[in-house]
Amino acid sequence: MKANCWYDKHDMRVEEVPDPKVLDPRDAIIKITSTAICGSDLHIYNGFIPTMEKGDIVGHEFMGEVVEVGANVKNLSVGDRVVVPFPISCGNCFFCQRGLFSCCENSNPNAAMAEQMYGHAPCGIFGYSHMLGGFAGGQAEYARVPFADVGPIKIESNLTDDQVLFLSDIFPTGYMAAENCGIQPGDTIAVWGCGPVGLFAINSAYLLGAERVIAIDRFPERLRMASDKAKAETINYEEKDVFDTLKEMTGGRGPDACIDAVGMEGHAHGAVHVYDRVKQAMMSETGRPIALREAIIACRKGGTVSVPGVYGGILDKIPFGAVVNKALTIKSGQTHVQRYMRPLLERIQRGDIDPSYIITHHMPLDQAPEGYRIFCEKEDECIKVVLKP
Amino acid sequence: MRNLSEKETGSSQALEQFANSLGWFSIALGLAEVFAPRALAKFIGVKEQPILLPALGLREITSGVGILTQGGPAGWLWSRVAGDAIDLGLLATAYMSDACEDEDRIEAAAAAVAGVTAADLVCAVMLSRAEGNRGKQISQTITVGRTPEELYGFWRRLDNLPRIMRYLESVRPIGDNRSHWIARGPAGADVEWDAEITDDLPNELIAWRSLPGADVENSGQVHFQRAPGGRGTIVRVEMEYRPPAGGLGAMVAKLFGRAPEQEIQIDLYRFKQIMETGQVTTTEGQPAGRPTSTSPMYDGGTTRG
Ligand SMILES: NC(=O)c1ccc[n+]([C@@H]2O[C@H](COP(=O)([O-])OP(=O)(O)OC[C@H]3O[C@@H](n4cnc5c(N)ncnc54)[C@H](O)[C@@H]3O)[C@@H](O)[C@H]2O)c1
Ligand SMILES: [Zn+2]
Ligand SMILES: [Zn+2]
Repeated sequence: MKANCWYDKHDMRVEEVPDPKVLDPRDAIIKITSTAICGSDLHIYNGFIPTMEKGDIVGHEFMGEVVEVGANVKNLSVGDRVVVPFPISCGNCFFCQRGLFSCCENSNPNAAMAEQMYGHAPCGIFGYSHMLGGFAGGQAEYARVPFADVGPIKIESNLTDDQVLFLSDIFPTGYMAAENCGIQPGDTIAVWGCGPVGLFAINSAYLLGAERVIAIDRFPERLRMASDKAKAETINYEEKDVFDTLKEMTGGRGPDACIDAVGMEGHAHGAVHVYDRVKQAMMSETGRPIALREAIIACRKGGTVSVPGVYGGILDKIPFGAVVNKALTIKSGQTHVQRYMRPLLERIQRGDIDPSYIITHHMPLDQAPEGYRIFCEKEDECIKVVLKP
Repeated sequence: MRNLSEKETGSSQALEQFANSLGWFSIALGLAEVFAPRALAKFIGVKEQPILLPALGLREITSGVGILTQGGPAGWLWSRVAGDAIDLGLLATAYMSDACEDEDRIEAAAAAVAGVTAADLVCAVMLSRAEGNRGKQISQTITVGRTPEELYGFWRRLDNLPRIMRYLESVRPIGDNRSHWIARGPAGADVEWDAEITDDLPNELIAWRSLPGADVENSGQVHFQRAPGGRGTIVRVEMEYRPPAGGLGAMVAKLFGRAPEQEIQIDLYRFKQIMETGQVTTTEGQPAGRPTSTSPMYDGGTTRG
């Protein structure tokens, strides 16, 4: 089959590789019909994710048709149409049973490696480095899905791939980010980053009862999508000082909750950016936490900073004094996607939201490397790329 | 497990004193490098090195404190050997460069460092051997979401163990609480031994030890204890083993990996996976855009037992 493989920083290639096989009785094989490139994939593309090996098949947002099931997969049959969640979770362990699927204790065969870094290991994730299990990803014609009796959700209505594909990651991710804000009626939520995660965080904040949502980015097309399609007020951080503007817009108090939907590759101008880039290049910090710093400083006292943006290691100059002295709550996590798939599918079916609005590019799988490039460069007003095998 | 004989104890004490004296030497030299870099530079015949010498000094002090205070001084001694090599390299560079003030003194300093290197090397080699001969003690623990009855039941059927311990080829009960163990060695060579169960408290504890004549003397026990709040069972494994000297010892060391603690921990992960999910999570045999299906660097964690 054809699969998009990582070889080096900025070196992705679509290669001919063997077809996947059922390796465990709880596996299923999916023939992929749609697969997307995620902002998280850009961290791999830009070389910030350790323990990648040349030839690793990437991709963790995918859906398709079941073509084979292992002996213990009773809930799926050949021909079923399914969306696959990006965390690989057993459904049996302490964490899965509490709905903390991305903390699964049994799905990461390289747990010992992740423990060196984090103390405890997160779950396995498709196509996201050996530290997170080394599982082959879904930017391919076929994928092996472990614990297929727990993860994939069947799509029985005639919704299109584009409408349901993002149940695999970014819609639940935006939703969990908003849920983590503990939104009360009347609340104002600020969202850093108007990429796919930020956009779904805006939508979800409204779904959960926010009064106002203020979105921050610098790309006009993304800000336009945030205001036109997601009904947020917007701040272009290249034109205005974010802290002052937020303070002004919230009557001096600050947003009730702040969402960092930017993550480790935050962008800034001038000395701050140079400082973080140099430190990141020297491996003395592993992220550029610009949005996180701003979110902590801007948040109102007693508020919540919710962090769906991905950070991998050690950060510098986090104003933790503000966390303590303003009594802030910080919430984060890889998304517990399995927990949100069913309720969010129902919302899509009811017409509360149509997630396909963020897609700007459809491309054949063959052009995955080009898709990465334009998404990374934010070229051609690219916001979300969907690949068709 | 056999206790160390008196002779072994005596010689290991002497070795420890040797290591300690090198440790104190490290600290003394380090302090001189940090606090009197000028005098020292003059003494060894190089130009003043306001940054380099204090930095080398900190390294010396770290090695010295490590040798004196940490368990397993061999590792710290090897750090001295590495440090000596750096010093020799720096002296050689100084000798050939314009930092050289006094060739005779540098030669003398180099000879002194070379002498110390030899002492470090001898001591490190001897200590590494001694540490290898001493029994290794390992303990690991994990919480599994099953009852003590279920977990004990799996473990007590010793022929189940190769499913979680990947270095085992087979464990065969041979009656009378005894069993025959075969472990896979590198290059197809097997290591075999007989063991007996020395204690067996149903649903609580199983203890075993190898019988005399085993290639790898080993003993251990596994406890099963109900976790508070109905949250499954806490499993604790304690093991001790003494690898033989010589080639077989090296093979056994390889068998148990560089970090036996981690090896046992991964065994326990597989135990938990089987008990909770019914299978061992693997990526072995999946496709990738490279000739081998998975990266050899990580296969260790994914190979089935
Ligand atoms: N927690 C999870 O489970 C999870 C899941 C999916 C994605 N993510 C993470 O969410 C983040 C966003 O993903 P995405 O797909 O939307 O990526 P994206 O690259 O499309 O979006 C990031 C956006 O942040 C903007 N940005 C950069 N610096 C900024 C700054 N200083 N202030 C405001 N905006 C700034 C960029 O202009 C861009 O529009 C990534 O870190 C990704 O890894 C997390
Ligand atoms: Zn993603
Ligand atoms: Zn689990």
